[in-house]
Amino acid sequence: MSGAIAPEERLAVALARLILDPEAPPARHIAVGAASPIPAAACWLIKQIGHPVRLSLLHKIKGNPFSEGTRELFDLAGQGRIDLFFLGGGQIDGAANINLIGTGAWPGQGVRFPGSFGSAFMYLMVPRTILFREEHTRRVLVPRVDWISAPGVSPPGHFRRGTAQALVTGRAVFRFVNGRFRLASCHPGESAASIAEHTGFAYDAPATVPETPAPSATELALLRGPVYAEMRETYPAFCARVWGN
Amino acid sequence: MADLPNVDDLARTIPDGALLALPPDHSLGSVALVHALIRRGARDLRLLGVPVGGFLFDLLIGAGAVAEIETSAVSLGEAGTAPRFTTALAAGGLRLRDATCPAIHTALQAAEKGVPFLPLRGLLGSDILAHRPDWKVIDNPFAPTPDPIVLIPAIQPDFALFHAPFADQAGNVWVGRRRDLATMAHAAREALVSVERVIAGDMLEDERLAPGVISGVYVGAIALAPKGAAPLGLLDEYPADAEHIAAYARAARSAAGFADYLARFVQRAPALT
Repeated sequence: MSGAIAPEERLAVALARLILDPEAPPARHIAVGAASPIPAAACWLIKQIGHPVRLSLLHKIKGNPFSEGTRELFDLAGQGRIDLFFLGGGQIDGAANINLIGTGAWPGQGVRFPGSFGSAFMYLMVPRTILFREEHTRRVLVPRVDWISAPGVSPPGHFRRGTAQALVTGRAVFRFVNGRFRLASCHPGESAASIAEHTGFAYDAPATVPETPAPSATELALLRGPVYAEMRETYPAFCARVWGN
Repeated sequence: MADLPNVDDLARTIPDGALLALPPDHSLGSVALVHALIRRGARDLRLLGVPVGGFLFDLLIGAGAVAEIETSAVSLGEAGTAPRFTTALAAGGLRLRDATCPAIHTALQAAEKGVPFLPLRGLLGSDILAHRPDWKVIDNPFAPTPDPIVLIPAIQPDFALFHAPFADQAGNVWVGRRRDLATMAHAAREALVSVERVIAGDMLEDERLAPGVISGVYVGAIALAPKGAAPLGLLDEYPADAEHIAAYARAARSAAGFADYLARFVQRAPALT
């Protein structure tokens, strides 16, 4: 295992810092959906750092958190017992709408995405959502999604507990404030100009864009030790790619 | 249990056009029953993903057995997109009704209770709702101020198909903590189940086993099918064969590759057990 910081490690740490943001509502119970190894790594990391958080990881092979089937995730969220969830999208737009349906005529006659999973429910029921998508291109980050699986913002009168806290990509971190994205930091090798070049939606940016902080030595040691050990059974392909066995 | 039917016997009881509820790949999906349906040459099936579909959906769609699906997603997970699903959708021969996971659970819970619908939060502002004329938005009659909420109609599948670790001699089936499969079985007209093995006695008389049981009341037939979930995994009994699924995903990108896969892995009847 080399000492160089893997992009996945950097993203996991960026997500962990958002989860621990002291200005956001507390995240006592976090759920992570299927096929989300980097969010899962972020959650294991904050647990290893010593924060008392309950993690419900779908599809964990041993230690399935539910006794009522996967349905229990939605019942927990419906009651308000899940504080934070992660969602992605084949397309994400500047209003934090996500599209997991597809492009072109309904239901995705252009490019079909996998489908909306639980997003149309979870995004409205959970107080905090972190949007996460590694690919940061104008293909993904669009001015307006072709179809809305789940809306970023709802009108007054629609029951909703929260919305996106942030969007994390392979190039940058955006905060979602008052219905609009604001560039918070860009990862090493990126700049305000490169983010603008690859982002299809309009967003706010500070005069000087800080670099996404690198993982500390402690965070890296935890990721490569106990977090890796927790993840290798559920995410073997991911662990082999990032940590080499 | 020499007198148990096999999966091909069960597949013959499923008529063309039937509405079949299937669990996700990782949660007691019956590859053995799906193979038997393909061998039977089933046609015009309607599939309900509870709440999503994957490998099993792709096999049935690729084999030309499916007219319509309702699901919250179709994906092969780490192996990527489901190639035969994507191809069929693009060709226009497959009707797709997009849903979202808790809506499918809710529809089955309504059927389980014998009520015509149940309400569900969320969904407002989603284009899924906009494309579901069968889902209705009403104003919550108990709220003091306007509070729109969605009503999901009950779904009663003709059959629930899945694979369980074991059944007992009384005709009960054990699914453990996968209680959404119990709801799926309760909602369907009948459950058709393949199992690894049959144990002696009646699990409903055992306080430790009973909470994981689907009563034989709901079970139409049980077939013995050891390794009937493979190449998918079965709880803690055997893991999924990720290499097999990845190889399938590559092969099934072409019609010829898919046909070759069927010839190799599906068309031969299983060895008698």
